[in-house]
Amino acid sequence: MSQPITRADDTQQAFASALLICEHCDTVYRRRPLARGEVARCQRCHAVLERHQRIGLDAMFALVLTVMVVFVQANVWPIITLGLNGTQIHATLWGIIIMMWERQSQIVAVLAAGTLFFFPLCKMLLLGWLLAYGRRGRRAPGFRRLMVILHYIAPWTMSEVFVLGILVSIVKAQLYFDVTADAGAFAYAALALLITVFSGIDMRQLWDKIPQAAP
Amino acid sequence: MSRALPRAHELGLIGCHVCGLVCRDTGLPEGVCPRCESALHRRVPGSRARTWALLIAAFIFYIPANFLPIMRTASLGDADDNTILSGVVELWVKGSPDLAVIVFTASIVVPMLKFLVMATLLLTVHCGTNWARTQRAKLYRLVELIGYWSMLDVFVVSLLTALVQFGFFSEVEPLPGVVYFGLTVVLTMLAAMSFDQRLIWDCKDEDD
Repeated sequence: MSQPITRADDTQQAFASALLICEHCDTVYRRRPLARGEVARCQRCHAVLERHQRIGLDAMFALVLTVMVVFVQANVWPIITLGLNGTQIHATLWGIIIMMWERQSQIVAVLAAGTLFFFPLCKMLLLGWLLAYGRRGRRAPGFRRLMVILHYIAPWTMSEVFVLGILVSIVKAQLYFDVTADAGAFAYAALALLITVFSGIDMRQLWDKIPQAAP
Repeated sequence: MSRALPRAHELGLIGCHVCGLVCRDTGLPEGVCPRCESALHRRVPGSRARTWALLIAAFIFYIPANFLPIMRTASLGDADDNTILSGVVELWVKGSPDLAVIVFTASIVVPMLKFLVMATLLLTVHCGTNWARTQRAKLYRLVELIGYWSMLDVFVVSLLTALVQFGFFSEVEPLPGVVYFGLTVVLTMLAAMSFDQRLIWDCKDEDD
């Protein structure tokens, strides 16, 4: 950057990226580069300020694609199969949602559809879209608005809770029936693992890592 | 201490609540983050009132969630209604005690903890005390981290309902308790999100 910074926005951004504010207690820090595996903690409230992000944009994109593949598997295959006297019942995610809707628990059906299907799906598609452009160094169309949406839907995905729910249901149903975990259950377990990997990644870094195109 | 660790308002700065960008506080009431264009404010406006409202609403739903049965297991015309607690007991007695502990934690300990912690935080922030600030901040982060695991029982009831449907022979049916419980979880999550944790640190630093 040899050109002088003239636009107000640029000055703002340059000065801003040198500083860091703890989102938990509002303490201001000077940002410093982190070593591999290092975690910066706030001295006032001991919360995590910033983690060293060792996963680059390409790896993140690959991870999102993997999650998408696993997500499709988790939704297509039956999760649990229950057998009684030769009859078999397979439960899939959408089978569960529809069943709860029909049994006067529409609110539960909506909660399950949101937290287990729509929000995770939105999150993956948004990330995939942002990263597909981002890894080529460009901001995707609608970058700003999509990043804000991503911030708001992030807490509402609950696939990992569902995995524990599958486990408890199997144990409970096993008391009376012949139950087997199906392909869907294993896909969900894999999904939970991938989500754990993802949880260490701060998505806000995309703001810094994907620069705005020069006007 | 306040010299060594300056806070944003002392330097005339605001951290954007959505994207984290450090912005200059212009002093205007309707500042906008230059990066993500979200509204800028030092503290979430109306945070305490909103948190109280959501927490009380959650508590109102929490009562029927615990007293009404969440699930009916019918077998050969014999119906058995389960509440959250009796479901845990059943799992303890007949199945596996370790899973019973997990379910007990997710559906009883976590919601209770949330009510206690959020009410404590709101009251202490109201009093402006700087008692145990680090610990309170840690409790808040814990509540935010584990809060959504309470959905466990809602998912279990949904899964069992979809699985066990042999008509007269054997059937699992969801009962209203599970709806109230699901709403309680969502409302407590919203309450935790609308609480501005920076308020914990806003009292005067007397001991510094």
